[in-house]
Amino acid sequence: MDPSIGPPRAGRRPERWLRSVHAPARERHAERQDRFETTSGIPLEPLYGEDAAPGPGEFPFTRGIHPSMYRSRIWTMRQYAGYSSPAETNLRFRFLLAKGQTGLSVAFDLPTQIGYDSDAPEARGEVGRVGVPISTLDDLDHLLEGIPLDRVSISMTINATAAVLLAMLVALARRRGIDPRELRGTVQNDILKEFIARGTQRFPVAPSLGLSVDAIEYALRELPSFYPISISGYHIREAGSTAVEEVAFTLADGIAVLEACRARGLPLEKVGRRASFFFNAHNHFFEEVAKFRAARRLWATICRERFAIADLEACQLRFHAQTGGSTLTAQEPANNVVRVTIQALAAVLGGAQSLHTNSADEALSLPSEAAAQVALRTQQVIARESGVTDVVDPLGGSPFVEELTDEIEARARALIAEIDGRGGTVAAIESGFIRRRIETSAYRTQVAIDSGEAAPVGVTAGGEIPESPFRIDPAVETGRRAALAEFRRARDAKASAAALAEVTRAARAGENALPSLIGAVEADVTLGELAAALAAVHGEHRPDA
Amino acid sequence: MPEQKSGPIRVLLAKPGLDGHDRGIRLVLRALRDAGMEVIYTGLRATPEAIVKAALAEDVEAIGLSSLSGAHREHFRRVGELLAAAGASDILLFGGGIIPKSDADELREAGYALLYPPGTPLDAIVGDLRSRLRPAAAEEGKP
Repeated sequence: MDPSIGPPRAGRRPERWLRSVHAPARERHAERQDRFETTSGIPLEPLYGEDAAPGPGEFPFTRGIHPSMYRSRIWTMRQYAGYSSPAETNLRFRFLLAKGQTGLSVAFDLPTQIGYDSDAPEARGEVGRVGVPISTLDDLDHLLEGIPLDRVSISMTINATAAVLLAMLVALARRRGIDPRELRGTVQNDILKEFIARGTQRFPVAPSLGLSVDAIEYALRELPSFYPISISGYHIREAGSTAVEEVAFTLADGIAVLEACRARGLPLEKVGRRASFFFNAHNHFFEEVAKFRAARRLWATICRERFAIADLEACQLRFHAQTGGSTLTAQEPANNVVRVTIQALAAVLGGAQSLHTNSADEALSLPSEAAAQVALRTQQVIARESGVTDVVDPLGGSPFVEELTDEIEARARALIAEIDGRGGTVAAIESGFIRRRIETSAYRTQVAIDSGEAAPVGVTAGGEIPESPFRIDPAVETGRRAALAEFRRARDAKASAAALAEVTRAARAGENALPSLIGAVEADVTLGELAAALAAVHGEHRPDA
Repeated sequence: MPEQKSGPIRVLLAKPGLDGHDRGIRLVLRALRDAGMEVIYTGLRATPEAIVKAALAEDVEAIGLSSLSGAHREHFRRVGELLAAAGASDILLFGGGIIPKSDADELREAGYALLYPPGTPLDAIVGDLRSRLRPAAAEEGKP
């Protein structure tokens, strides 16, 4: 044996963590293998580094929220999908599940997200374009046909109308004889970032936040395995923010949500355990890894310091990540597979709980089936072939990564303090402060791209852009108009009118909207009718420049 | 050939439909203003009717539309039709978004001379508007 290799570096192991954190966790929940090793037979410890800093599973969770992370359970592979019609999207869901996807993620079309039925004048040209149209409980039933609601977790990217879609999901469980308490999944339900960056808000800020808290309150009471909010930085980053701004604005959003829940009288320990986050996995590899670590530490600290949450598990930042759509290029789209792989790896090394990898053709259209398969396979290659899942937080302890983590945390903390100084998150949204910051960063990025300094590989002026691989048949919209007209004709008009009136009454009385919404969707009231009734009480938000 | 105007170019930028992706149009807004143009922006969810009304009221020489939701065919064409009906077909139409080639051909026939995919350098858009609307000044390199 080469003496320079020496004996195992016993003194440099996190002995305390191994004994008091990892061993008991492993006792409770076995790891995927009894023993992990490299191709050369070198045994792999769950964690490297000394005990100096808190380890994975220990507050403030910089190194991960679970003691053994992917050694015990691989992240949820959750590809965002939806287009055309409930029936067609159902086929894509089944395809993805058959290929080994482990959770569903529903993309809704814009009319559904904003609260218009497929036959509304506002929906013209938009039905089924960026997601699936859902106007009725029957639509959701068709979308999830053959999907076991108590076993497959379902994530729904829906915000302004989150309460309506959650009501539909509960009603669907009941219709199928499944106890809604068995429902697993997430509803995005993060309205503040719609005002900041995404643009599907329907009602003014205050009642929008009220509806969001209604969904949280209802889920805490009735849906113990459901995550009723996913506080999202993804779209803030896509709108052009920097990594630091993504962390700061997302956590500022989270602060506003906790404040709204506290004002409602909800126990923050419970809210913290059921809240999740959603981040972008962008291009700068090490900055992204450090970003996830910094966000975890900063959120845990905020929960403790600002909200005095005693339950440490309620201070854990658990997150879904999606690779950066805006980094994809329309020219030479095959190169996007490589970009997505690097970004996905950053999310994994940053400790994501669930992941969406973009398809290579997404700069051209919604993903084709072939590209969607490669995107899912990318995650599977990382999970099963790369070996990065065998050690927890393998980059932790690197002086570079630790310093980047510290720096991102410090800068994000300073930016949150600036937002506090401007009267808090809602005030900073309404004054345009957050938007202006994002816009300035987006402009800087564009200037750097245009000057060639940050030009993406394989893109040239006037370069060839391939034809879109995936088109939505415009006949879908016409077909849905006719089907909805028939649906309205066939329903029990008296019962649906009474159920709709109950929604209006509950909204006026300031009651939680969920019970009346559930009753209404069961009585065949449509999403558009419900959104209109809520808007009649709460007002319409008028998007302006 | 419309009369040759002078002074700052006036442009209306608009987001028709329900699409919320406004990173691109806001970048264009900033670049056109930096280039000395007078730009009015409708904000999100402008209807084709409102867009044409604003264009006529503001007496603009160009209208730029943005849509990344795949609804460009419907909305862009409608704006062109309403403009023609109002006798204002001399207003230059341009657009941005994820527009497949076959749609782009159709939209060019409908009057959209300039269509920009994501990633278009901002200078290219500024340059195109100048050379179309102020050809003499553009040659001398003035705004």
